Amino acid sequence: MGGVCLFILAVVQSSGPLTVNGRRIVIAWPFFWLLLFFIIPFLIVFKISFSEARLAMPPVAPLFEWVSSTKNFVLTLSFNNYLFLFSDALYINTFFYSIKVAAVSTFWCLLLGYPMAYAISRADPVRRNLYLMLIMLPFWTSFLLRVYAWVGLLKTDGLINNFLLNLRLIDEPLTLLYTDFAVYVGIVYSYLPFMILPLYSNLEKHDLSLLEAADDLGAHPITAFFKITLPLSISGIVAGSLLVFIPAVGEFVIPSLLGRSDQLMIGTVLTNEFFSNRDWPVASAVAIALLLFLLVPIKIFQYYQDRETEAAL
Amino acid sequence: MSSRQSDLKTEYVRIEGVSKQFGSFSAVDNVSLSIYKGEIFCLLGGSGCGKTTLLRMLAGFETPSVGRILIDGQDMTDTPPFKRPVNMMFQSYALFPHMSVEKNVAFGLEQEGIARNEVQRRVAEMLDIVKLSEFTRRKPHQLSGGQRQRVALARSLVKKPKLLLLDEPLAALDRKLREHTQFELINLQEQLGVTFIVVTHDQEEAMTLGSRIGVMNKGRIVQVGTPTEIYEYPNSCFVADFIGSVNMFKGKLIEDEPGYVRIACPELDVNVFVSHGISSAPDVGLNVAIRPEKIDMTRTAPMQKENFTQGIVKEIAYMGDISMYLVQIPSGKMVRVTIPNIERQVDERISWEESVYLSWQSSSPVVLSQ
Repeated sequence: MGGVCLFILAVVQSSGPLTVNGRRIVIAWPFFWLLLFFIIPFLIVFKISFSEARLAMPPVAPLFEWVSSTKNFVLTLSFNNYLFLFSDALYINTFFYSIKVAAVSTFWCLLLGYPMAYAISRADPVRRNLYLMLIMLPFWTSFLLRVYAWVGLLKTDGLINNFLLNLRLIDEPLTLLYTDFAVYVGIVYSYLPFMILPLYSNLEKHDLSLLEAADDLGAHPITAFFKITLPLSISGIVAGSLLVFIPAVGEFVIPSLLGRSDQLMIGTVLTNEFFSNRDWPVASAVAIALLLFLLVPIKIFQYYQDRETEAAL
Repeated sequence: MSSRQSDLKTEYVRIEGVSKQFGSFSAVDNVSLSIYKGEIFCLLGGSGCGKTTLLRMLAGFETPSVGRILIDGQDMTDTPPFKRPVNMMFQSYALFPHMSVEKNVAFGLEQEGIARNEVQRRVAEMLDIVKLSEFTRRKPHQLSGGQRQRVALARSLVKKPKLLLLDEPLAALDRKLREHTQFELINLQEQLGVTFIVVTHDQEEAMTLGSRIGVMNKGRIVQVGTPTEIYEYPNSCFVADFIGSVNMFKGKLIEDEPGYVRIACPELDVNVFVSHGISSAPDVGLNVAIRPEKIDMTRTAPMQKENFTQGIVKEIAYMGDISMYLVQIPSGKMVRVTIPNIERQVDERISWEESVYLSWQSSSPVVLSQ
């Protein structure tokens, strides 16, 4: 889901007025790629979201049907799937829960990632690549394995509880696993690099003489940070936050391994509708609704990027 | 520019034995300097001579490894930049790209906690002085280079600092604008009575702007003086060569009297008679420096008995107002001569491969020991 949204991001980026012919040729390849692997699948999902489920193969009713009695094509559009999303509290509930989880995780990623990105961008240029390497190192291990490792760390007789018990900081083990907390930890841990990298690439480009100028004009370094560095890194913050928020909303693996069993996330609902209920139309409607919702942050991102491009001219 | 008003009595900035080491490299080496209230002091030197490091130590961005910096009698050596009564105009201007012209200029005042309407009044006043009142709402990227330079100037002057540090203030402007801005800067400085310390690598800029110039080389101040003193009475070969162009001849003292000296210059084929005494030990190698514009070039032999030689014109560079000639003298050395193009008739000018006489007055040569 998140991947799909990032494709949208790329489409939005590559559109716009194109005057030079050479540029058209250059973007033809990514355009073709997106057409084949994003736009066509998207249209199929979009189409399915308006049809009815039925017990057949494929398990959906066709939108166009040749009715032999009237010798006509008949278009059957059903909005029931979308209405169903609003009528059943489960969907609205999971939807908002997913957004909450994604928002809280994004916030923590930002809070942890910003100082790290800042420190790397101000480090000795020779060491920066080493630090960036360390940030990306976890990607060399399978994502699933890394999330599973957290089960071992968080469970009742896990490493964290044993450690705290041995230090006599707690008397009985804490319930860490299968909580919202565990989901936050999992998402923040997994997506932190996606926050750090765009932030770093933004902060690294900052002209440090601006801070000297602020200092010279009487601003305390802390004031200078909030008035100069922070406003100038907004586009990095937005980019990093989107890269965490969008995939986190649709996250499926982390909540199923670490999360509560009584509260689902939209990604899990989507999977259940598709594979357990075999209700492709409702699953498609969920996917489309999620996508429409995620267009909002993408538009925000685009706004800040346009502003930055304008400022760079 | 020597007639410009500056209170040469009151010392405002005092640099006492300041050195700055970066690792094993010594960027500034034991510099002591006094800068007077209300003057424009230019630190002039090539790249890497330590002038910018010295300026940054005055602003507080670098701390001296050794020595003290006093501003208005107070020791500022360890005071952080934001607490110094000093403002700086950066070479890159360092304008805040996300703020309008107005906000940029207001930034310094806002840090002092001055009331909003007072800030607005002073910003408007300052923008009026630098003629930017129409552009208050523009962002830096919507301005031309010259306008940005003026925003930077307004921003650094709006706090009414007693001392303004300018790092290559005109380097990013094109030639015409630079000439114009030089005089604007001088007017502004006189109007506001601020002490300016300007860092520049451009000797012309230093000559026009500065009431005094400090020439730096390899981290040291090699000469301090008015533009005239620096140009006409350089104290070393480095200064003579760095400021303007010069013909340098190696020589040896052969007659040493209190009122005159005579120097044998094998490179010049003749002895140089200098109409003033010098203080130098005998038999020490000397250098005789003669500025190109102080050499007279004629087709006929000059009236004087000494201080002339012959040569053949090898190169001519026509620069409009003046022409520069490279004349080869019998020793093989090339002598640089500049002649103002007073006459408009081109065909009467001395041309390539012509045989000419080069002569100079006995007061013109500068005798340098090092």
